[in-house]
Amino acid sequence: MLIKIRPDQIDIPLASEITPQEVFASRRAFIAKMAIGAIAGSGLGLAGAGSAFAQSATARKLAAKLNSSYAVMDKPTAYQDATTYNNYYEFGTDKADPAKTAGTLKTNPWTVSIEGEVKKPFTLDLDALTKLAPLEERIYRLRCVEGWSMVIPWIGYSLSALIKKADPTGNAKYIEFVTLADKKQMPGLSDPILQWPYTEGLRMDEANHPLTLLTLGMYGEVLPNQNGAPVRVVVPWKYGFKSAKSIVKIRFLKEQPKTAWNMYAAQEYGFYSNVNPNVDHPRWSQATERRIGEDGFFARKRKTLMFNGYNDVAGLYTGMDLKKYF
Amino acid sequence: MNALKTLSTRQVLHLRNVLFVLALLPLARLVLFVFLDKLGANPIEFITRNTGDWALYFLTITLAVTPLRRLTGWNWLVRLRRMLGLYAFFYVFLHFTIFFWLDHFFDFQEMWKDIVKRPFITVGVLAFALLIPLAITSTNAMVRRLGGKRWQWLHRLTYVIVPLGVLHFWWVKAGKNVLAQPILFATIVAALLLMRILSHKNRQQLAQLFFRRDAGAGLVEESK
Repeated sequence: MLIKIRPDQIDIPLASEITPQEVFASRRAFIAKMAIGAIAGSGLGLAGAGSAFAQSATARKLAAKLNSSYAVMDKPTAYQDATTYNNYYEFGTDKADPAKTAGTLKTNPWTVSIEGEVKKPFTLDLDALTKLAPLEERIYRLRCVEGWSMVIPWIGYSLSALIKKADPTGNAKYIEFVTLADKKQMPGLSDPILQWPYTEGLRMDEANHPLTLLTLGMYGEVLPNQNGAPVRVVVPWKYGFKSAKSIVKIRFLKEQPKTAWNMYAAQEYGFYSNVNPNVDHPRWSQATERRIGEDGFFARKRKTLMFNGYNDVAGLYTGMDLKKYF
Repeated sequence: MNALKTLSTRQVLHLRNVLFVLALLPLARLVLFVFLDKLGANPIEFITRNTGDWALYFLTITLAVTPLRRLTGWNWLVRLRRMLGLYAFFYVFLHFTIFFWLDHFFDFQEMWKDIVKRPFITVGVLAFALLIPLAITSTNAMVRRLGGKRWQWLHRLTYVIVPLGVLHFWWVKAGKNVLAQPILFATIVAALLLMRILSHKNRQQLAQLFFRRDAGAGLVEESK
């Protein structure tokens, strides 16, 4: 049964309480009606308690327990939107492309090699990665550098667990993530838009922060290919592009690694790229954002929060000029 | 093809009516997509981009009328030009309105800050501003009031407006390094403007200036 509730009456969404397909479909119809000034009919409303995640029919389930200390109050984005609106240039530059073309990605077998400043390099297969630490569900805000945002229930564990296993040497000051670059599986690689493979990086203390999530699933399932299957990181206080997808290599480094978007345009995409409403992208403002599927057609954009609302991380940047190190 | 050289006034009017309806289809599609909920995860982004795309298509088509007329000898094409130009203005206007409304909620100061700060918006808004006098002076009465010569000079602003539109598109796309489409538009618009230069009164002189030293002489021959 559908119960009409105002958005401000929604409390913490549990894994089992997130909008099912038919409800978000009707919500979007509602938005469409708003757009033409019609009055919403009955039966159009938000999800009530007891409804299940909207999921794909085929994807594999991934069991995880919700960690409520890492679950934001915001209403999670519809599964449909989160899986059809993706920036993943290896599968095309249009945000609708990856959902259509990422079927060619082979996620099994998959290994991640751990290299660089570690006592002993090694590789992990997907099974070993999945069993490395207990899987948790965490509901994070995701803020794209382009000015839109989502709320995603991810599944994974703190990257710090993997770092501990990797046993880095005292020289390791940075960590680098390398995305798969295989032309046979990724049609977008034929365009030299970025220097492939896609690389991203964090400072060690950022990587060890408990919020930094080694991610294997979302919405109760393994990651869909277009969302970075089978393993990615999620760094919720930074713009989305910092969260590397489909990782095949993790390297521990002495020096700050070169990162893909920074190499393309250093003035536009800084190494840190913390979500910061006070530092604009040269081409657009970062003060506000549009929440996908949530903000109505004629709703004002919402204010972007410093560190995407994750103020816990502020201590990582004490004494740093965040306008300079953007 | 020769049958197309001379169309009766009636035929041209029919054609114009058909084009009038066709040119409304992009807007009709957007409205339909709102109803069918087919605008995707970010409807406002979709509408912004789509109206911008169509603005650029119509600007380019309008710019192509005269070269096409010269190439084909279909002189009646010029009688479609005003409508095409007004449609270009119409889609630019929609594109701008979405920016002013859904991005800035009619907050003029905020919008102005955005225009001044960001070059891609500066050139976009400039192109729109320059289109306004052209739209206003598009009526027969205005042509008479201004006099043909002055009217023509004013409407040569098109040669500035369309490249500004392409530059706007280029700078938007450059942020994410997706330049295939901007390159395509820049090439087409550059070719259309070059054709004008080459068919200018003293085209031979100009052509010689451009192509004196190389095999480009063939090009000059063709353009005669």
